[in-house]
Amino acid sequence: MRKVSRLSRFNVASLALGLAFLYLPILILVIYSFNASRLVTVWGGWSLRWYHEFFGDRAMIEAAWMSLRVAVSSATIATLLGTLAAVALSRGEQFHGRTLFSGMLYAPLVMPEVIAGLSLLLLFVALNAERGFWTVTIAHTTLTMCFVAVVVQSRLGSLDRSLEEAAMDLGCNPVRAFLSVTLPLIAPAIVAGWMLAFTLSLDDLVIASFTTGPGSATLPIRIYSEVRLGVKPEINAICTLVIALIAVVIVIASLASKLSSSRGESAAPL
Amino acid sequence: MTDELPRTDAAADAVGETQSAASEPLLRIEGVAKTFGTFRAVGGVSLDIKAGEFFALLGPSGCGKTTLLRMLAGFEAPDEGRILLGGKDIAQALPHERPINMMFQNYALFPHLSVRDNIAFGLKRAGMVRADIATRVAEMVALVKLEGLEKRKPDQLSGGQRQRVALARALARRPQLLLLDEPLAALDKKLRESTQGELMELQRRLGMTFIIVTHDQEEAMTMASRIGVMRDGKLAQVASPRELYEAPRSRWIAEFVGDINLFDGESKLRDGHRLVIGTRDAGALVVAEPREPVGAGKFSVAIRPEKVKLSRRGPVSEAGHETAINRLDGVVADICYLGGTTTYKVKLDTGGMIQASVANSARLDVDAYSLDQHVVAWFTPDDCVVLPS
Repeated sequence: MRKVSRLSRFNVASLALGLAFLYLPILILVIYSFNASRLVTVWGGWSLRWYHEFFGDRAMIEAAWMSLRVAVSSATIATLLGTLAAVALSRGEQFHGRTLFSGMLYAPLVMPEVIAGLSLLLLFVALNAERGFWTVTIAHTTLTMCFVAVVVQSRLGSLDRSLEEAAMDLGCNPVRAFLSVTLPLIAPAIVAGWMLAFTLSLDDLVIASFTTGPGSATLPIRIYSEVRLGVKPEINAICTLVIALIAVVIVIASLASKLSSSRGESAAPL
Repeated sequence: MTDELPRTDAAADAVGETQSAASEPLLRIEGVAKTFGTFRAVGGVSLDIKAGEFFALLGPSGCGKTTLLRMLAGFEAPDEGRILLGGKDIAQALPHERPINMMFQNYALFPHLSVRDNIAFGLKRAGMVRADIATRVAEMVALVKLEGLEKRKPDQLSGGQRQRVALARALARRPQLLLLDEPLAALDKKLRESTQGELMELQRRLGMTFIIVTHDQEEAMTMASRIGVMRDGKLAQVASPRELYEAPRSRWIAEFVGDINLFDGESKLRDGHRLVIGTRDAGALVVAEPREPVGAGKFSVAIRPEKVKLSRRGPVSEAGHETAINRLDGVVADICYLGGTTTYKVKLDTGGMIQASVANSARLDVDAYSLDQHVVAWFTPDDCVVLPS
């Protein structure tokens, strides 16, 4: 009765080629981050030297810390605003300019980053704002909010409207109905939106370089400026750490969503 | 058998009596209307519902019955009119401010909550203390026979069990009025029939007022004590199931509720309580005069298929009454065997078609008619309903 679909040779080959195309460069980068040699392209045996070097590099550590802070705060603000926008668009009464509003919300999805970055720079200059942590955070929030809104809105769209009505029927005012029924049900989408925003902010170079100020470079900016002077093996080590961080976040997220969906089943005595 | 069938006037009298004898109704709907954009979903409905009634709103999809129900629940605010519950106007009150609960068509169970928490949801909101909630939930679980499933999530239940949870959740707050939106539409036929019985039993035992919305006329007939038929946002007729079936007020209702034979014609002459109507397809038919006297003009004569009797040579035994009986000669054109009954379509010599539903009261088919056989279809004047065309 077991039906295991066997992959044909062609499928195996195309799968292997596709995976190799995606992951071989990353694999090479990870391997070379353990290179003992000073030259990036020459293998000189295994070593943790460049990791040691990175943790001794104050400027790099500061940039990484800056990037993390920006990513966490912009993702949090974007999740809050994006969720509210999604709720307004899919749950609110029909309001005037709704189509325009949703179009404008999603514009950053297709807007070239250079234009977004430049216009934000002009805004901050016009406002005479001191460029640094907050300007980058605001810029990243505008970039990532629409992604959160898309993810949350699609979840809200698949959610049965009558669930909220049932909650109201059973004695909840509209706010309470949202908090006790809708919010728990869209929580996975909100978490996914936050993580999407976090990773987008973490690897953004263009907008950050437009909107940051002196002394507050993010990690991508720092790496980019280092690479222009020649690739140091230390960069490989940093990139490996970033990849590891992202991998851990993704694994945690998928474990969490699996756990939350299986919790119900294990609770019932079957 | 004939005295069991209400005449048009007798049935109408009975309803008139109950209405005049009614005390203050539990729910009074006064001229309620609702328009969506340019679509008038509900156009001026007035209706009284007494405490303890099992009322059905019946109609085809898009007739406004669900919109009316949603206005009672508070999900839509009427544009015009008043909704009085126990004398208090609740038309503009929010859903959570009304002592009314609703059972949703798709049940709308909270997927992240267990059966117990679903049922307890409304009780927590009502500010009941923990111990009381536990007692009430246990009571509700026993009421709908869900013992042992309290910890399950909705997606671990069968369709029938989900329906019970939805019912228990809606009943838990002991609402003054329970609204049921197509509560059985998602169940299969056998389960639907047994659940109909359980719902009726429950309603009687709790003495609660139920309003059910359905497009299934059999469901409405089985369960409700009174039915309001809706069409195009208006109430076409409000009557008991029997009156609705035997004395429909219009041609549309006659066709919507059950099967019916209709013959168009004009009134020819009056003979005491009898009226002769000349029809194109079935010749002259003798019918009982309707309660509201009718003048000359165009009418339809309506006869339910089970009131049409078939015989090989006409009602010989009742030869003395032949003048008062409508006899139509024809040949059997179509036979539809349904188990309990057989429906014959008879092509009349006068040109029309008539359907006759015959009970298969004997196991062997000695009484059955065959295709192309000559038969006489006959029925009494009292079995006919005269409807304005």
